[in-house]
Amino acid sequence: SSNEHKLNFRKSKEACLSYIQDALLQKQWKRAAEFLTCYVESLEKDYSREHIGPSEMIWRIGTEILWHHSQSSMKEFNCFIEQMKTLGVKRYLKVCLEHVFHLLCNGQIAEAYQNLSLAESWRFGEQTAIQDKEMKLIQAYRGLLDYYSWSKQKNILLEHGEDGFSDLAVEQEMHGYFRKAAVNLKEIIKIPGVWDVFVKCYVDLLEFYGDHNEARQVLNEYAYNSKFPANPNAHVYLYQFLKRQGESKKSLISALKILHDIVPSHELMIDFNTMLQKSKKRKKRRLGLEVIFTALDYAGWKENAKAWSCLARQVKQIVISEKHLDWIKQEWSSRKDWWPAFHFSRYLAKRNWQENKSLSYEKALVAGLLLGKDCKYFKYVSHQGCKAQLKRFRMLKKFMNRHNLVYLRISG
Amino acid sequence: RDFNERCAQCSEVNWGLTDGGGFYCRSCHNVIERTREVVNTDFITNSRVQTISKGSKKQEKNEGGCEWYICEGFQLVLKKQVEALEALGVHPQMKDEILCNFWRCYLQKSKQAYCKRPAAEAVKTLSVSESSTDVDSDPERPSLLHLLSLSESEGDLQTDCSSFASSVSKISESTSVYSGSVDGSLYLMKNQKEKLRMTMPMTLSFCYMALLWMREPITLSEFLRFVVEGHIPYLNIFQHFPEKMKLCGLDLKIFCVESWPVYEEVFNKMHELAAYLDLPRFPDITESCFLHPDMLCMKYLMEANLPDELHNWTCRVVKKIGIGEVDFLTLMPGNKSTRKVKYDVLAAAVIIVVLKLFFLLDDHYEWLLSEFAEERNKNNTEVCIFYSGSPYFEFKRWYEVVKHSLDMKQKKLDEERAKYLWRCEKPLFYSVKKKSKVLKRRQMVVNLQNQFGKLSGSVQRAKKPNPSSFQLSWSEESTDGSCFHGHSLKGVLQEKCGLLTAMNPDYWLCTVKLCNEKLCGHLAHYREVEFPQSYHFVLGLFSFLLRVQPSYIHDEVCMIEHKLFNKKLYKKLKYNTVLRK
Repeated sequence: SSNEHKLNFRKSKEACLSYIQDALLQKQWKRAAEFLTCYVESLEKDYSREHIGPSEMIWRIGTEILWHHSQSSMKEFNCFIEQMKTLGVKRYLKVCLEHVFHLLCNGQIAEAYQNLSLAESWRFGEQTAIQDKEMKLIQAYRGLLDYYSWSKQKNILLEHGEDGFSDLAVEQEMHGYFRKAAVNLKEIIKIPGVWDVFVKCYVDLLEFYGDHNEARQVLNEYAYNSKFPANPNAHVYLYQFLKRQGESKKSLISALKILHDIVPSHELMIDFNTMLQKSKKRKKRRLGLEVIFTALDYAGWKENAKAWSCLARQVKQIVISEKHLDWIKQEWSSRKDWWPAFHFSRYLAKRNWQENKSLSYEKALVAGLLLGKDCKYFKYVSHQGCKAQLKRFRMLKKFMNRHNLVYLRISG
Repeated sequence: RDFNERCAQCSEVNWGLTDGGGFYCRSCHNVIERTREVVNTDFITNSRVQTISKGSKKQEKNEGGCEWYICEGFQLVLKKQVEALEALGVHPQMKDEILCNFWRCYLQKSKQAYCKRPAAEAVKTLSVSESSTDVDSDPERPSLLHLLSLSESEGDLQTDCSSFASSVSKISESTSVYSGSVDGSLYLMKNQKEKLRMTMPMTLSFCYMALLWMREPITLSEFLRFVVEGHIPYLNIFQHFPEKMKLCGLDLKIFCVESWPVYEEVFNKMHELAAYLDLPRFPDITESCFLHPDMLCMKYLMEANLPDELHNWTCRVVKKIGIGEVDFLTLMPGNKSTRKVKYDVLAAAVIIVVLKLFFLLDDHYEWLLSEFAEERNKNNTEVCIFYSGSPYFEFKRWYEVVKHSLDMKQKKLDEERAKYLWRCEKPLFYSVKKKSKVLKRRQMVVNLQNQFGKLSGSVQRAKKPNPSSFQLSWSEESTDGSCFHGHSLKGVLQEKCGLLTAMNPDYWLCTVKLCNEKLCGHLAHYREVEFPQSYHFVLGLFSFLLRVQPSYIHDEVCMIEHKLFNKKLYKKLKYNTVLRK
């Protein structure tokens, strides 16, 4: 009808919001503030049917502006946030938490701790139960800050220890922080979620006080409990812990298995392959080959000399032993169409040679075995290497001459 | 002023108020004992205490307020609006005589329908109220009894109001719906079909109707623009209500607006109102009137930066289709057969038609003509300037200049619209319970406005600009050639049989067949994609100036075209949309 273009309160404020949005995206803080000033009267109107009400909008937009605006101070920011806390009781803890984050970003750790404690003691009828999750987070972060304090005390102690002093007071404080931190951190990691920071800190505490069992349990839960979201870091932490504990290769390998499944391009794949290569079990060695080939499928690994050296070593070893060439065949069959252009182009040969001779050596070895010594990559690098009279390249040439028909068997 | 009883002494109906609030006859200075009662409202702060009952339930609820009726509120609104108009230069006669009478007339018409009780029944109610002490009607209303005892005749306005008041109190007691005014709930509840219920947008219709009667030099679009710009109180007008008139609950629904009314709304309502009030034929709109298309065309041509020469042609079109006739232009309320004249839109449409006549506006021809003119102008600068006189009008340059200004203004307007502040200092609340919450919110809003206002940089809340009749202005002294008033139509005119006509032989109709306005509300249905860009641009220009939708102007253009090419249309076969003149 003709009234669609009528300008009313709601449309006016919608337009206002879109101007604010534009200004924010272009980092025009003054302009955003200008329009926000006009928007705030929305608070006086009932928006209960909207998904996001004006009070939340104002909180979020105002936070952005005050955080970035050149003329805004921390004092103003805090004042604003305190007002926002009173605006929406349903959001109270969330606002508190975000306020704490901002304080931490600004290095105001003590204020952040204060706010967390205050928030922890907040009670508001049934809202307390409804906002249970936020409360747990608040407790967790307080635990984190306690850990931080513990860590500081620990460092002081260690320093004094070196000097030969022993400071009982510091020690007591340290233990105090440990207790407070441990309680809260333990609680949060029970809930399924991604809690990397909390887990790490908690494990650190446990290790320091010698409770390795608990640490192991925690890490296992975190990595293997299916209720928790798949998290590569969980496996990394577990692996690192086991390594620190000096566990057997077997358990180390099993710790990295899932990591390989989730993130085949993870940097620990080198460690993984190294362990697998050396294993006595055939299956493990086979897996090792798969692991290293898969890792090198990723562009980020193209120039990783270490990875190439792993692959080179294993492929060379297989070729020399004349056993299990079919492994290489299997791995190569899905790659032979694109690896040559991806890794072994003439352009890359030139560049690798210029930038990293070791890299080019390892790659040349692999290329030679997989594609034959007449392939572009090997030819170029070998030629350059021999011209430069580098011993290992001469050795490489000789080696390749001996095994120059391997690639035929591999390509089938 | 609503007191219509004849003076005992001189039989005139010409009452005024003494300082003490008593009535006196202006003609013979007879003072009577009647004092102002609740219905009559020239609410000044020292209102009569006699009419305010102490200790009534309502009194306590209102916390020191008084009883007031919705129509009193509206009367106050109108008063403020017309005072603002006066400040803008409108003749005071409008307030004292014209609007006043219109309003009085409206009250009479609507009040009679309000009561729905024949006079006899009204008397019965009176006697009942007087004698009983335990009936539903609020016994603690001495003011009512006071009134009743004073009423002198049945058909008296006051009697109607008294019985009305008593009926109101009965109803509102039983339904207990909350409002600061006495009859807020009743006002909204009643079936308003027979009469025109007063609304805020309707106050603007009232004002405009009075302006039209007075033939003041202001168009409806201009008037509405002044309202939006804040020169005429509308939004938050309750701020001007005296302290004692407490506004809450349902009153808010009636008096608090959260949208700007559009031209169409105010226009249609005005005509409804004129008919409802049984007004006679309005004063004639003649050629010397501001609202006559010839005058308005001149104004809009200037504002649109078009050559003055075009004015001859707009006058010719006006004359040819008879829209300059007194009978066509003058409003005859209640006459359903004639199309209601929108003076401003009409003038704009005439200009558009003339532009189409000369430039065709088919996204092709106008640019050709422009190139031609450009060539001529270039050559002329090489020859002596004195010979050629004014330069040839170049459509292209005009388009660039006007578009640039228009875009800037539009952008500014869009930003202003996004920055409107709708609330004001005076708090509104639906019920007393919510009062503290509302006040707290208001305080927070003010705090936030201060905090972020400071961060807005040097941008100040611009002061209300002075109301101006022209939104776009072009300086004839400017040397950059951005003013086209003096330019000549030489390039688009030709001489035929001793007469000047347009060179353009073609014309395209906006629509071959007009819709039935009564059925679908429009004469045509405008869709931007179906028309040339140049046409859309020109529509857009006037749409901005008049603050109406382009389709609104498009309708008028269709109407004019059909009048202009009337004969040819009937002769035409179905295949043509392009006519040869």
